[in-house]
Amino acid sequence: MRISVTVDGTTYTDDVEPRLLLVHYLRERLGKTGTVVGCDTSNCGACTVHLDGHSVKSCSVLAVQADGSEITTIEGLARDGQLHPLQEAFHDRHALQCGFCTPGMIMQSLDLLADNPAPDEQAVRHGLEGNLCRCTGYQNIVSAVQDAAQKMSPGAGPEVERVGDEMSGRHQARTPATSSGGE
Amino acid sequence: MTSTVEPEVGRARLRKEDARLITGRTRWTDNITLPGLLHMAILRSPVAHARITNIDTSEARESSGVLAVVTGADLADEQGSLPCAWPITEDMKAPDAPSLAVDTVNFAGEAVAVVVARSSYEAHDALDAIDVDYEDLPVVLDMQEAIADGADLVHPGLGTNSSATWIFDSGEAGSGGNVDEALGQGEVVVERTFRQQRLIPAFMEPRSVVVDPTGEQITMWSATQIPHILRLMLAMTLGLPEHKVRVIAPDVGGGFGGKLQVTPEEVISLLVARKLGRPVKYTESRSESLQSAHHGRDQIQKLTMSARRDGTITGLKVDLLADMGAYLRLVTPGVPILGAFMFNAIYKIPAYRFTCTNVFTNKTPTDAYRGAGRPEATFAIERMMDEVAVELGMEPLELREKNWIKHEEFPFTTVSTLTYDSGNYEAATEKAKELFGYDALRAEQAERRAQGDPVQLGIGISTFTEMCGLAPSRVLGSLSYGAGGWEHAAVRMLPTGKVEVVTGSSPHGQGHETAWSQIVADQLGVPFDDVEVLHGDTQSSHKGLDTYGSRSLTVGAMAVLKAGAKVIEKARTVAAHMMECSPDDLEFAHGKFTVKGTDSSTGIQDVALAVFAAHDLPDGVEPSLDSEATFDPENFSFPHGTHLCAAEVDTETGAVRLRSYVSVDDVGAVVNPLIVEGQVHGGLAQGIAQALFEEAVHDESGTLTTGTLVDYLVPSAADLPSFTTDRTETRSTTNELGVKGVGEAGTIASTPAVVNAIVDAVRHLGVNDIEMPCTPMRVWQAIHGGAR
Repeated sequence: MRISVTVDGTTYTDDVEPRLLLVHYLRERLGKTGTVVGCDTSNCGACTVHLDGHSVKSCSVLAVQADGSEITTIEGLARDGQLHPLQEAFHDRHALQCGFCTPGMIMQSLDLLADNPAPDEQAVRHGLEGNLCRCTGYQNIVSAVQDAAQKMSPGAGPEVERVGDEMSGRHQARTPATSSGGE
Repeated sequence: MTSTVEPEVGRARLRKEDARLITGRTRWTDNITLPGLLHMAILRSPVAHARITNIDTSEARESSGVLAVVTGADLADEQGSLPCAWPITEDMKAPDAPSLAVDTVNFAGEAVAVVVARSSYEAHDALDAIDVDYEDLPVVLDMQEAIADGADLVHPGLGTNSSATWIFDSGEAGSGGNVDEALGQGEVVVERTFRQQRLIPAFMEPRSVVVDPTGEQITMWSATQIPHILRLMLAMTLGLPEHKVRVIAPDVGGGFGGKLQVTPEEVISLLVARKLGRPVKYTESRSESLQSAHHGRDQIQKLTMSARRDGTITGLKVDLLADMGAYLRLVTPGVPILGAFMFNAIYKIPAYRFTCTNVFTNKTPTDAYRGAGRPEATFAIERMMDEVAVELGMEPLELREKNWIKHEEFPFTTVSTLTYDSGNYEAATEKAKELFGYDALRAEQAERRAQGDPVQLGIGISTFTEMCGLAPSRVLGSLSYGAGGWEHAAVRMLPTGKVEVVTGSSPHGQGHETAWSQIVADQLGVPFDDVEVLHGDTQSSHKGLDTYGSRSLTVGAMAVLKAGAKVIEKARTVAAHMMECSPDDLEFAHGKFTVKGTDSSTGIQDVALAVFAAHDLPDGVEPSLDSEATFDPENFSFPHGTHLCAAEVDTETGAVRLRSYVSVDDVGAVVNPLIVEGQVHGGLAQGIAQALFEEAVHDESGTLTTGTLVDYLVPSAADLPSFTTDRTETRSTTNELGVKGVGEAGTIASTPAVVNAIVDAVRHLGVNDIEMPCTPMRVWQAIHGGAR
């Protein structure tokens, strides 16, 4: 089947097998290896990306289901060399060790903050319960998400990317050249 | 040149490693693609014990995209036996351990055949077309039944299910008294049996391996903790010339001992790639990982402790059964032996005997899992201290204090012959009690009991130590371990004054790049960002013994420091020549050689350029500012701490809520407090997970029923509380850095703290033990079934 998908601001058109998982499409066809696979039962959340502004576990979505959609991965989160506040907060608060869960954890945190811009500790813990980390004991992850929430709150500084339902328009305004991610 | 004045060591430096990890620019093994790369999938045994009578691969070979189907028979002549590096006794029984099963399968999940195809999807499709006929054999699952007379055998050729029995006796060793006498004369004698359930390391990155057999060398990328040991073991197991094998551990997503292994998957991938002459990748699924990557713990521990009425402990006898699973992997037999030195913990126990029998069962092999032997021992002794305190009617902290080694008694040689170099259990305990609000919580507990509150409060204590910094090579030799315990490093100053540090440690989340940079920046007086740390590739880091057993800082960083010192001495000779003075007239600080008593100085980074140019070097001085060093520790290090846990137990539902958790750890000097705190947090989570959530369960046929993350309960953020962590700092006197290691402390200490808290909450209801994990059902049954 032919699909057309915009990933981190670049549009790709590909023929794919109907059974191909989105995460495998991202990793193996597009080389978007920042998104990883940690389990086969959609428990760990390592493969979390945003599909049209909402977090999904990309191991549980078929590539063909993403046809016509906008996808943001961890690789598309930094803008013009500027880290997203969540990426900065994960660094500042030592919220990662091996870092394997981190892409999914950050993408899920972004979704959580879109729903609840000022979550208390319990709200963060429950909002991230579909994402497993084996290294950190979660405490610094919770603290990083709350730290980012403060930096992202209105009036806290220059407007930052908040991937929500309004994001599609913003994506379209960007050119592929500036959307390749990285620092 | 910049000089660093504020010391780097001790600073909460943000990690260098993070930049690539938070942006997705990572190098996981599964990311690697090579021209002509093929994908391998593994067919695994669905049964725990059977004879393979036939494998029909004809249909699979015709499947789309398939290049090869390989069975054990195809590899039988070349695969050898997977290595076990720790023959704990001379007469230890060890079965042949093929990577790909040939005649029999001995656990569910054992590799039986592989398919190599152009894509991973095609390889998996073809697995379904392989037809294997199994003839069932009797399944051995229970350790106690396994060693009874007439038991069915896992490996009939060995004639027994007992692999080895290992004994330490303080009377025989001369390190203490006769334990039978001590127990016989004990005013109070308490006997308890604890079960260490089987656990699964469950690192987040599934294991993955890529082998490229093209070119002069065979190159293997693997998600491993041990690239150096792996290279050596591949050479020895397969008869490959060691210099023709290169192993790379790129970014590795956690290990916790689970990637301290030479795996069947690595061996099979190598042999198949070599056979086909093309690069091959294998990445396991999570279900495969849970079933076939080695498991941990799984011991039955019987302890007998004697004490005088005044609370003085007089003797301890430990009888262990340790489940090896179906095969002996890299250090499987030695894991319980590591615990032998830790049952006496921080206490002065005059007489001690440890007996361990290692038992084969038809289950996944066990091996190292975070703490490896030490969490088991610590759990048992800390549970025991509570039980003895109850028997004596003593406050459990008071009993501990009465028996622990006092801070003025260090160095102290224990009944199990280790010499603890330093420690201050009083200071850590005092601090923990204060942070915890110990007295207030005890008062609340009494009040709730008096009121018959359905939610009862319990307080759990764990005053632990551990042996870290594996390990003095001589000690390993005396324990029949197959290698030494040193570590290697190189420090190279480049012409521009930048520094490359090569370490034989192989990090997989610990933050070596940051911590090693801090240490070298201080030592050489160069900026933190001028230091690059290289690791995990046997070509750039040719020598090393890798990362496990909280050894990286205590052994690995000491090697770095030793190499750095040699660089400074080389530079001193050149600097003296440049400044026309004697090397003895120079003092080195903050990156500068200064002529004593003057302000005349030269920076070491300038010396580096002069050495590179080599235009004017003193006679006999090589044009190089590189040095290598190998460090072999003289002793282990002994981190310790006091952990306190307050647990609320709903006596009507059995639900447990951790209300507060305080840890005060003493890991000696701290290089980076941020990293230390992170290690403690993660360790606590894993230890608490053993107490409350995790267990690998097999049904009566030997099938793992917790084979996915739906059933094997790795805790999420919602399952854990916030921890209050603090430290005391008693430097190790064994190494120059004063460090002790922190990787396993949280895991070792927290399991008994939590279980002690739960038992303490419901002890007045007749409960004196609850088997782990303390699920609501087990807690409820313990309460409502009475004493166990």
